[in-house]
Amino acid sequence: MNKNIDTKKIIISNPLKLDCGKEINNFPIAYETYGELNSEKSNAILVFHALTGDQYVSGKNPITNKDGWWSYVVGENKPIDTNKFFVICANVMGGCMGSYGPSTINESTGKQIGTDFPIITINDMVNAQYELIKYLEIEKLFAVVGGSMGGMQVLQFVANFPDKAKLAIPIACTSSHSAQNIAFNELGRQAIMADSKWENGFYSNYKLNPDKGLAVARMAAHITYLSEKGLQEKFGRKLQDRDSLRYGFEADFQIESYLRYQGSVFVDRFDANSYLYITRAMDYFDLSKQYKGNLSDAFKETKTKFFVISFTSDWLYPTSENREIVIALNSIGADVGFVEIESDKGHDSFLLDVPSFLKTLGDYINSTYKVINERRI
Amino acid sequence: MKEEFNIISNLIEENTRVLDVGCGNGDLMKFLQENKTKDIRGLEISKEKVQNCLSKGLTVIEGNAESDLKQFPKSSFDYVILSQTLQAFLNPELVINELLKVGKKVIVTIPNFGYWRVRLQLLFKGTMPVTENLPHEWYNTPNLHMCTIKDFYNFCSSKNIKIFKSIALKKSRISEINKSNLNYKNLDSHLGIFLIES
Repeated sequence: MNKNIDTKKIIISNPLKLDCGKEINNFPIAYETYGELNSEKSNAILVFHALTGDQYVSGKNPITNKDGWWSYVVGENKPIDTNKFFVICANVMGGCMGSYGPSTINESTGKQIGTDFPIITINDMVNAQYELIKYLEIEKLFAVVGGSMGGMQVLQFVANFPDKAKLAIPIACTSSHSAQNIAFNELGRQAIMADSKWENGFYSNYKLNPDKGLAVARMAAHITYLSEKGLQEKFGRKLQDRDSLRYGFEADFQIESYLRYQGSVFVDRFDANSYLYITRAMDYFDLSKQYKGNLSDAFKETKTKFFVISFTSDWLYPTSENREIVIALNSIGADVGFVEIESDKGHDSFLLDVPSFLKTLGDYINSTYKVINERRI
Repeated sequence: MKEEFNIISNLIEENTRVLDVGCGNGDLMKFLQENKTKDIRGLEISKEKVQNCLSKGLTVIEGNAESDLKQFPKSSFDYVILSQTLQAFLNPELVINELLKVGKKVIVTIPNFGYWRVRLQLLFKGTMPVTENLPHEWYNTPNLHMCTIKDFYNFCSSKNIKIFKSIALKKSRISEINKSNLNYKNLDSHLGIFLIES
């Protein structure tokens, strides 16, 4: 949350017209970079984070003191090697790590914006981040990469800016949020709003925090990030610090204890209103609808190379939905590769140590970088 | 293998759009990329092989030719290649039709079941043939629909598929197949290579 941390930040003065109709300007976008931009400015990779991510992709996250959320993928000698690439990641609009969001202080009142914050979309997030790329004076990115909601931003970015990235890698995502996706998000939002400390979104005015509701939202969501098999293998019916059932509602089972822990650590780093706004943005995401029902039209103008990745045990953004992106791209003859990676770690696979994923992603990015550079010569 | 790649490469014009169906580990794709055209895609059913291709920077899609060729628009490739894979499909006729839709021209290569070495095994040993080119036993072979050069030649005529070029390969000896030498080439070649069009 907006603790006093030293985040890199730009203030975007250009007015930005949001999908909801409201126009904003002079708003902050917080970001972090890793590695160095080469003199030709040809090695920049923009990484988009997922629902609860932030700009701290790699290294130590200064807020949580834990490893960055994509430490398996980004870093020195990692698949996206920061010895070679200049990696940029911005906190999304609506987030709570320094970018314009519901916890931003309204200077005229001195209070958090709360639910006076406008409804934002994936499109708005991407347009704001494009301003950052302009600010960094990068004419063309080598790649845009992201998983889950980050993948949605990848798709939207290429649709909005067809000549700004040479390579696009959407991972474990969808071009349109399904009824099931919306249902789970709504469950999370209702848990937050049912917390009496939510105060219609103005909890900070009362020095309150709807942490119980936010923790429940996180627990429910966390289940959707795992797979049935993964859960069964890791936890089964194992008991937590006890030999027998206690005949009560304490966390008898390890899985209960695990989820409660996940919920409790989450509320320390994430803002409840941000959770509402960002899940809403995901629910509103329907790229094909933006192009009158034809997803292919979103990519008609682009020469960007695509590499789509899904995971066998991901039931939140299943292979079939990732394949729809591939089909739409194929139908316009776009340059697209696709693989479904074998993993029992569910949707979270893209964040975890899944060797075949890390190897394929790293090798692909590196050999494509080589091919594209050679071609230019 | 090398001879087959050379023959295929010679059938392809430079800087054209190519799709390799059943591209395996991408050896042919790599060969064509270096010699003929940068604009080449692959379709492959095995995850592991797809990952190998992607690791080499090749644009490959994990998918099944029998169901996934539909997603490509009509005539979206100048050439579609099916190298030694036709016999492994449940429905080769359907696959050929799909290939002819997606590609302006199609190159099909078939391990020839009419090759004399193959015939001799069945004739004298009385067992299903196992050769260098067809290394599997009857119980573990992925090859469901073996055919001969003559079978494929006749198939094309009966389905009104135009054969632009048909080439026979024996070891590294290359020769043309035509109506008059068909029976001989069918006996004396281990591989048939056809350039066809609907």
